[in-house]
Amino acid sequence: MASSSIRSGPKGPVTYVARVVVIAYLVLLVAWPVSVVVQRTFAPADGAPGGLGAFLERLQDPSVVYAFQLTATAAFWAVLLNTVFGVGVSLLLVRYSFPGRRLLSVLVDLPMSVSPVVVGLALVLAYGGNAGWFGPALQSIGVQIIFSTPGIILATAFVSLPLVIREIIPVLQEIGTEQENAARSLGASGRQTFWRVTLPAIKWALIYGVVLSLARALGEFGAVKIVSQGAAFNGETATLLVQNRYGNYEESTAYASAFVLVLIAVAALVVVSILRPKEGPKEGPKEGPKEGTAQ
Amino acid sequence: MSIEIQNINKFFGDFVALENINLSVPTGQLTALLGPSGGGKSTLLRVIAGLENADSGTVTIEGIDATGLPAQKRNVGFVFQHYAAFKHMTVAKNIAFGLEIRKLPKKQIAAKVDELLHLVHLTQWADRLPAQLSGGQRQRMALARALAIEPSVLLLDEPFGALDAKVRKELRDWLRRLHDEVHVTTVFVTHDQQEALEVADSIVVINEGRIEQIGAPDDLYDAPANEFVLSFLGPVTRLGGKLIRPHDIEILRYGQAATATGKITRWTRVGFEIRLEVNSSDPRHTDPIQVVVTRAEANALGVHEGDTVWLRPKVGGTSVSAT
Repeated sequence: MASSSIRSGPKGPVTYVARVVVIAYLVLLVAWPVSVVVQRTFAPADGAPGGLGAFLERLQDPSVVYAFQLTATAAFWAVLLNTVFGVGVSLLLVRYSFPGRRLLSVLVDLPMSVSPVVVGLALVLAYGGNAGWFGPALQSIGVQIIFSTPGIILATAFVSLPLVIREIIPVLQEIGTEQENAARSLGASGRQTFWRVTLPAIKWALIYGVVLSLARALGEFGAVKIVSQGAAFNGETATLLVQNRYGNYEESTAYASAFVLVLIAVAALVVVSILRPKEGPKEGPKEGPKEGTAQ
Repeated sequence: MSIEIQNINKFFGDFVALENINLSVPTGQLTALLGPSGGGKSTLLRVIAGLENADSGTVTIEGIDATGLPAQKRNVGFVFQHYAAFKHMTVAKNIAFGLEIRKLPKKQIAAKVDELLHLVHLTQWADRLPAQLSGGQRQRMALARALAIEPSVLLLDEPFGALDAKVRKELRDWLRRLHDEVHVTTVFVTHDQQEALEVADSIVVINEGRIEQIGAPDDLYDAPANEFVLSFLGPVTRLGGKLIRPHDIEILRYGQAATATGKITRWTRVGFEIRLEVNSSDPRHTDPIQVVVTRAEANALGVHEGDTVWLRPKVGGTSVSAT
C-alpha cells in the first residue's frame, strides 16, 4: 500500500507534464550550471592540459591554499561560536520566560532574512577602525576587527547564527522539562542535568545544525566581501578567490576552487541526509502495546 | 510525621492553585491525593518535591525544613505520569542515574541496580532502551530509578494515568505489594477514586486548591464530609432531600414507607450489574433517579423496564443532605 502522502493509481497527462516541468526547471537552474563548472574544472585551458593532475596543481597554488585555510579558520570559529551561543540561546528561549523573549526570538531570525551585504556594512559601522562605535576603542588596545580575520569570523558567524538555534528549539520543546525535572529530583545539579540529560537529547539536532552552519559558513560571500580586504594573502577567502580569479582572467583556478566548494556542499548534504532519518526511529513507539506487567 | 505541610499558598497569576494547605503525611504510609484535574493536587506534589515553589508556607521533610531547598537536595523520589525516562540511556543506566550522580563506587551501584531490576521484574530488560519497553515497564523502571536513591519520601504524579485499564489495574496491585515490601513513605496523585480507594492507607481529597477531607478510604466512603467528597468517591443520585449512592437504594413493588415512586425508563445491563433510571413525577426530582441493583436482585423482584416502582434508602447506606 502506498503511504497516505503519495498518490498512486492511474497517471494522467498532468502528472507527466508536471514531472517534465520540475525536471527541466531543476536541470536549467541547478544541475546544468553546476555541471558546467565541473566540466570546466577538468577541461584543458590556455593551452595547458586538463584533467585531475592540472586540477590538483591549481589547488596547490599558495594563494589558493591560503584562501581555503582562511575559509576553514573562519568557518571553524564561526561554527564554534554559533554552537555554544546557539545552545545557550535555545535553552533561554525555550526554558525561560522573560520580557522581550518574543523579540529575541525574532531577532535570532534576522540574519536569515537580511542581506549579507547589509550585515557586512553593519559590522563595518559598528567595529570599523576609524569611525565605528567600538572600532577606535578596540584599535587603541591593538585589536583590529574589520579588514582582518576577526571581522571575517564575525561576519560568517552572523549569517549562520539561526541555523543551530532553529534546529535545536523544536527538539527542546518536544522533549519538554520532565526528563530534566527527573534528573534534578535524582540529585543532579543544573550542570550535570545539562551534560547528562539535555545535551544527549538534543544531540542529533545539534549535529544537524552544525553541519548546516558549516556549509553556510564555508560558502559565505557577501558579508565577508565588505569586511575583508579581499586581496590574495590578505583576507581572501575561498569564495572571494573564486570571484577575484574569475574577473582576473584566471578562470581555471576559479573553476577548481568552485569545484572544491561544490564538493564540500555535497558532502554536507550527504552527512545531513544520513543524520536526518535517525531522528524518527530513535523515538520508538509512544506506548508499547504488547507487554503487561509481571513476567 | 514524614512530611509536614503548613499554610501552603500557590498562585498562578490570578488563579489560586493551592489555598492554605495544611497536611501531615505519616511515616511509612501510602497516601493518595485525590481530586479532579486542575484541582491543585499535582501542584501540591510538585511543591513537596521542590519542582515548584510555593508563594508562602513551609514544607518539612523528615524534620528538616525543605522550603528553601532545591529539588536536588531534598532526597525525594519522583515518578512522573509520562515516565520521564532518559531516552538515550538503557534501563540499567536510567536506574543507576541517581547513584552515579552521588558518585557511589561502581560495584555498589551495580549491586543496587541488580537488586532494583529484580524488584521491578525488569532483570532481562536491563540493556534495553526505554523506547523498547511497554508503558507499564517504563513506569516500573521510573519507579526503580526513584527508589534507587533511597528517598525519604516517594512521590508519584498520576503514575498509571497514561496506561491502559488492564495494565493500570495490575500495576496498582503491584504498587500496593511493593509498598508493603519497601515501606517508604509514599504520596501519589490520582483522579481515579477507585485507584485511591484500593491502594491508599489514607486519602486526601483536594478540590479547587483546598483540602476537602482527609481520612482512611472507608471513612471517606462511609462518612463523606460534604457533597463534593460523596460525589467524587463514586456515583451519586438524589432521592428525596438526600444525596445517596445508586446501590444504596432499595426497590419496592408496593408503596410501603417509600421516599419516591416512578417508572423505570432506562435499563442498562453491565455484567452482573443493572443500572436503572426511575422517572419520578415528584418536583424534587428534576433528574431521573439512578438505581443500581444486581442481576439476582432484579430477577427476585421481577422488575422490568416500564414498571412502576417505589424507592427508599437501604438500611446501612450512606447519604448526605442535598444543598
